[in-house]
Amino acid sequence: MVERVLRAPAQYWMLIMMWVRSSMAYPASFVLMLCSSMVLTVMDFVAIVLMFSHISSFGGFSLAEMALLYATASMTLGIADLFTGSIERVGERVRTGAFDAYLIRPVPAFVQAAADGFALRRIGRPLQAGIVLVFALNRLDVDWTVARGIMLLVSMIAGSVIFAAIFVLGAAFQFVSVDSAELANSFTYGGQAMTQYPLVVFGQQIVRAVTFVVPIAFVNYYPVLYVLGKPAPLGLPSWIGLLSPLVAAVMVALASLAWRAGLRRYRSTGS
Amino acid sequence: MPVIELADVSRAFTVTSRTGFRRTRREVRAVDGMTFSVEPGEVMGYIGPNGAGKSTTIKMLTGILVPSGGSIRVAGVDPSRHRLKLAKRIGVVFGQRTTLWWDLPLKDSFAVLQKMYDVPLARHRSNLATFVELLDLQDLLDVPVRQLSLGQRMRGDIAAALLHDPEIVYLDEPTIGLDVISKARLREFLAQVNAERRTTIILTTHDLDDIEALCTRVMVIDHGHQIFDGTLDGLKSSQSAPRTLVVDLAASLPPIEVTGATVVKVDGPRQHLTFPTSASAAPLLAQIAANYPLVDLSVSEPTIESVITQLYNSA
Repeated sequence: MVERVLRAPAQYWMLIMMWVRSSMAYPASFVLMLCSSMVLTVMDFVAIVLMFSHISSFGGFSLAEMALLYATASMTLGIADLFTGSIERVGERVRTGAFDAYLIRPVPAFVQAAADGFALRRIGRPLQAGIVLVFALNRLDVDWTVARGIMLLVSMIAGSVIFAAIFVLGAAFQFVSVDSAELANSFTYGGQAMTQYPLVVFGQQIVRAVTFVVPIAFVNYYPVLYVLGKPAPLGLPSWIGLLSPLVAAVMVALASLAWRAGLRRYRSTGS
Repeated sequence: MPVIELADVSRAFTVTSRTGFRRTRREVRAVDGMTFSVEPGEVMGYIGPNGAGKSTTIKMLTGILVPSGGSIRVAGVDPSRHRLKLAKRIGVVFGQRTTLWWDLPLKDSFAVLQKMYDVPLARHRSNLATFVELLDLQDLLDVPVRQLSLGQRMRGDIAAALLHDPEIVYLDEPTIGLDVISKARLREFLAQVNAERRTTIILTTHDLDDIEALCTRVMVIDHGHQIFDGTLDGLKSSQSAPRTLVVDLAASLPPIEVTGATVVKVDGPRQHLTFPTSASAAPLLAQIAANYPLVDLSVSEPTIESVITQLYNSA
């Protein structure tokens, strides 16, 4: 078991490199896809900039603060999507029976499913988020201590892990209901569309839901509030933003249990 | 020392059917009380009608499916518990779908498999060279798998399943949908692999020519039960399927009358008669020659299809 986990990153790397090499066989097409993916995501942020030509503050956030919120939301989702987004195709493979092909290989099915069809062009979103992040950091009036910097970095990793765990949970659910990919997407892509705004604008019920039910508020909202020294909503302590690695760990545990349960179900029903 | 051992293996599925608002759950035993063992180097044909439990057995032998009862040992391990470890020692081909990477050229699939299975590079190269030559894959290496024809893809899949020198290969309907020439070439290749590498081969098929050409042993299953296990000749003689006598007469006649044989078909001057396997053809011929204008004749043994049909019906 331990050996299996230790070997997984190298096996994952080997599989995604195969897909990278194959996409590089058509470099022009790759560059075109990458650019179009970047342009598409840039439009998201352009909308926010345009909005700020009419208002100076949104949900208590200035443009630079919004940029930080946007960049962290987009970066975390982009990274999760890049590395685990392909796993949503599991349902289709289960339906066609192609999932069996994963189970006859000496590499864990999870590694194969996550790496399957790895698309480097999806790096467009994190790249674009990086540009917005630089813009935000330049414009923000924050006293950047080493601790704050590390905290922001760690919370972005934790946020990516939370999104990745949701992708995996959604995939695991497809072992039970093969057409449920859209449900997970509403929490990942849909979640990102929400968390790029200050969550208080959606009302208290939504804030409660994304804190206690599907904890995507921990992806970037609470950590950013902490970095910017803003109070947390719902009367929560401001240090709640420091909890995102913990939330990520819990989500990984849940996703791992769900995946194993799904796989066990598949192997005992064959469908 | 058997390489595959099954003891009282069964696999049940729950089938839910819905009529109106009522839901009924029913347990179906796809495989029921299967016990057999396979020695290294055997080529075993595993046959049975659709839904007999062939694929279910193969899936349990590879570790994909967990059996609901009994015990299985393949290459010394329990497949469902040591699936990843066993994977390096077995090769699997699903005739109905590929295990290769759909969008990648064949040669990339092979390269990935070398890494996945940790095949030493020198060994990989020599195996690949051998299979490319024997299966005539040279011109296909740069073609994405999705663009290959069924026969080409099957050759690619079979090479892929053998690259890591597996001790056991499971082939689930490997000749399905192939033309006659492709089938013959594939059989020849598999026979060669078995002879040279002593690879144990388990083959499920609906094409009984596959069995005739390759298998030293046949197992017939129906409704999850073994109904025959033995050699092909043993299978033929186990059933009293009739032999056929075809006679050409000088003219079209009504069905001829011969004691010990019955006419089953009249085709102009040609008449088809059947008689029991245990009987001799000589007295029949004497009778016909004495009473009718006999021009030509031939005797044919029961076809394996008719033997198996009879077996299914009697089971």
